[in-house]
Amino acid sequence: MTKQVFTGTAALTILHDVSLEIGRGEAVAIVGASGSGKTTLLALLAGLDVPSAGTVHIDGVDLFALDEDGRARLRRDRVGFVFQSFQLLPALTALENVMLPLELAGKPDARARAADWLARVGLEPRLTHYPRQLSGGEQQRVAVARAFAADPRLLFADEPTGNLDSATGEEIISLMFELNRVARTTLLLVTHDEDLAQRCSRRIGLAAGRLTNDERR
Amino acid sequence: MNGADLGPVAVLKLAMRMLARDWRAGEQRLLALALIVAVGSVTTVAFFADRVGRSLTSEASQLLGADLVVVSDKPLADRFPQTAQRLGLSTTAAVRFPSMAQFAGRTLLAEVKAVAPGYPLRGKLRIRMAENGADFAPGKAPSPGEVWVDDRLLRRLDLKIGSRLGLGEREFTVAAMVSEEPESSAGFINLGPRLMMNAVDLPSTGLIQPGSRVSYRLFVAGNAPAIASFREFAAQAIGPGQRVEDIRDARPEIKSALERAERFLGLSALMTVVLAGVAVALAARRYLQRHLDACAIMRCLGAGQWLILALHVLQFVMIGLIAGAAGCAVGFVCQFVLATVLAPVVSVTLPAPGLRPLVQGMVAGFVMLLGFALPPLIALRRVPTLRVLRRDLGAPDSSGLSAYLLGVAAVAGLVLWQAQELKLGLYVLGGVMGTATACAGFTLLVLYLLSSLGRSAGLNWRFGLANLRRHRAGSIVQVTALGLGMMALILLTLVRAELLDNWRNSLPVDAPNRFLVNVQPDQVTEVTQFFSANGVAPPQLFPMVRGRLLEINGKPMSSHDYAEDRARRLVDREFNLSWVQSMQPDKPVVEGRWFDKRDAGMPVLSVEEGIAKTIGVKLGDTMTYDIAGSRLTAKIISLRKVDWDSFRVNFFVVAPPGVLEKFPASYVTSLHLPAARSALMDDLVKRFPNLLVIDVAAILAQVQRMMDQVVKAIEFVFLFSIAAGLLVLFAALGSTHDEREFDAAVMRTLGASSRQLRTVQAAEFALIGALAGLLAAIGASAIGYVLADKVLNMPYAISPSVWLAGLLVGSAGVTAAGLLGTAKVLRTPPMQVFRSAT
Repeated sequence: MTKQVFTGTAALTILHDVSLEIGRGEAVAIVGASGSGKTTLLALLAGLDVPSAGTVHIDGVDLFALDEDGRARLRRDRVGFVFQSFQLLPALTALENVMLPLELAGKPDARARAADWLARVGLEPRLTHYPRQLSGGEQQRVAVARAFAADPRLLFADEPTGNLDSATGEEIISLMFELNRVARTTLLLVTHDEDLAQRCSRRIGLAAGRLTNDERR
Repeated sequence: MNGADLGPVAVLKLAMRMLARDWRAGEQRLLALALIVAVGSVTTVAFFADRVGRSLTSEASQLLGADLVVVSDKPLADRFPQTAQRLGLSTTAAVRFPSMAQFAGRTLLAEVKAVAPGYPLRGKLRIRMAENGADFAPGKAPSPGEVWVDDRLLRRLDLKIGSRLGLGEREFTVAAMVSEEPESSAGFINLGPRLMMNAVDLPSTGLIQPGSRVSYRLFVAGNAPAIASFREFAAQAIGPGQRVEDIRDARPEIKSALERAERFLGLSALMTVVLAGVAVALAARRYLQRHLDACAIMRCLGAGQWLILALHVLQFVMIGLIAGAAGCAVGFVCQFVLATVLAPVVSVTLPAPGLRPLVQGMVAGFVMLLGFALPPLIALRRVPTLRVLRRDLGAPDSSGLSAYLLGVAAVAGLVLWQAQELKLGLYVLGGVMGTATACAGFTLLVLYLLSSLGRSAGLNWRFGLANLRRHRAGSIVQVTALGLGMMALILLTLVRAELLDNWRNSLPVDAPNRFLVNVQPDQVTEVTQFFSANGVAPPQLFPMVRGRLLEINGKPMSSHDYAEDRARRLVDREFNLSWVQSMQPDKPVVEGRWFDKRDAGMPVLSVEEGIAKTIGVKLGDTMTYDIAGSRLTAKIISLRKVDWDSFRVNFFVVAPPGVLEKFPASYVTSLHLPAARSALMDDLVKRFPNLLVIDVAAILAQVQRMMDQVVKAIEFVFLFSIAAGLLVLFAALGSTHDEREFDAAVMRTLGASSRQLRTVQAAEFALIGALAGLLAAIGASAIGYVLADKVLNMPYAISPSVWLAGLLVGSAGVTAAGLLGTAKVLRTPPMQVFRSAT
């Protein structure tokens, strides 16, 4: 898979011919320096961006043979996200933020399931609080609950601990690995935190848009 | 996990939940308020107009007293009633004219109606025999020797049932009081008290004389086909000075007066629609900006483009329904206020409100909402999903002008629809669009100029200016929106006050306050002596001959040759012609030459320049008049300028001596009578009962009262515009709220004090307000001028003090409101801002 962007006159290649396969239940860390192309790779794997060449298959489905809405449906049904900047909707309470993907999927018991997931991340007493009333760690826990609530087979996380102190970050990571173990969710993390990368079953290194190493433990 | 899409019901339910959440977050409140104000203003006026319109239709036969009336200024030929009777229609007749009623040494100008048996053919006539007695339908005309009077005549002359009332050369017994009669809602301005008598008594009063203004009316009623045949016959048979009225065009004078009032009210409603449109546009823009992330996340969570569009459109439709219904409720309540304020002016009984205005209000609300909200919503579904990772990926291009084209078109359509008259609608649109364009252009220019000048200014001004420059597009939108809002306020307050003042000032203070009409030639000497004997300088009496214009330059003419209403009316009616008694010109001659000795007895005329222009005659043309059955052809040798506002007797057309004397004439004059001497007029009428004394002051006072009531009603409707203007202000502030909050947080972090932050913001608001205020004042003056000149036919002088006021008030007002609206920005702790911005 290759990704080029055009900056005025010159074409800048962000990803050079990257190819990889990830199995069910794996926990994969994508590591590299800033500007190495890891966020771009994550965006392409999730179908949030379109590659210049190549494609992505999820469960045998060619992502880029689908149209934009087809990819959205696929994400709705199989993919969860955790972002560095949480991306909670400020106008919604914690509970409503977690309910949103369930409601989009038309789940009948959205409220109960969302409340259940918030309880599992330890936020039972904060259901009706708004994001601005929560600490960074709490916001990220809401985001994790939102990601897992829809029962995804794949979880993408972009620097999930980047905005958190190390203790809080550790808490979030443990939570994610726990859920990965219990629900057999495939985990794909973008990080430059080597400790976090070490805890994953597989570590993929990127430098200047090229795959530099791919270690499994 | 299942891959099924949401069904329609599920989408609707989700949209409702999202709406409830957004509402709780306050995202939609401004939008909803703007809609309520717009719909409320449109429905208030629509309800009122609808009720008046339906009342005129349903009460048409009551107003008319028949199915059809032939009105004439001369007795009607016998073939009119004969044809009607041959067609199987019932007929009756009445003669109407003004006259002085006398009782116990006092006199009062009254509208007299002498009726024949059978009156009225349609509608209700009810009288009571005692002041507090029950009223009943008499089933006949007043008996000979008796009159029936209305409440006003009874009160103002202190009459009792059984009093003897003088009318012309006769005395009559007041036999009953009329409580309800056809033709009573004689107009928008219901001037005289009324009196009904039997037609057989008319000749003995001696009141019908040459020069009297008399209206002969033939009433016809019967089945529809026969009425239609008669209408066809009458339309062919009528001559000049005659017309046919039926229930389709009943009381055209009420209609035109009410239409004028409705036009004023409609104008105010339009202004509200325009302003509310600006507020909706700004609110929708902010909604788009604040929902970019939400939409990106929803797409990320698997919502398709069409689901996102459907969810948001559904939300807006629900807002439209809820806010529209609330606006209709507001309009329903407010129209009662309007009807109450205008009740004394309208003089018709209003039926209960109908449902059509609700539809009008809802349509207006939805057209405006979707016009402004749809383009941003459609753009919203194209938010790049990648925005969840890369925040800098901006909004899809929707802030450009093209996004507002639909909204502008929607508002333009609404304005034209609401104006119900192309000319008025286009003037208002032109003024608004011109101001909008001027505001935008001027803001751009000033920003450009200030960016070079501003570098040497102090920190606060420099920073404020930098803010304006940085948000160039935002600044232009704000100045334009505020400019439009203030333009409405200035138009409605300052310019309106000026329009009214100009009108009031055109009425001189010690101008003549009495007109004396109907003086017969043999009374001239006696009337003059009467004044001298009573110590009042006798006013000059002017002879007056009535003639109908038949031809210009030998070419026969009719009112249909003219497009202008005024010209048609002038040509349809009889002209008052006069002749000069000395060769001294009393009015400036603008073209040609004044009469001199050789003109005596020659068929030449001097014409007032305004009417010459209206009916299209010039120096050297000949005009042919029918005067009492004879033809008179004369040549125009001068055009004069006449100051009509002076309340002195003036004539459109005058001849030299020796031309008109052979025709039957009456004399008129005007005089200023001090209040202390007003009883003198009662003695005058006692002595000369055929004279008419018209109390100009009383009429003006009545007109003034009517005007005040109409103005009150317009002001009431203007409250909606003011509310909409305030919404625009807050919507404009809201659209930059997030940026301001972020800027303030950064400056706070860097050590700026609250005071510094406030000053920076104040500098920016003061600039915005001054720019918008100045431009709004100029725009309002221009619209006021055009309205006065083209629509209301009033004089209007543009005053620069309004412009200075606009600048100062705009600057101060926007600074105050802006600081109030951004107070929260300064109180929000920086970390909270950063946290919600990350």
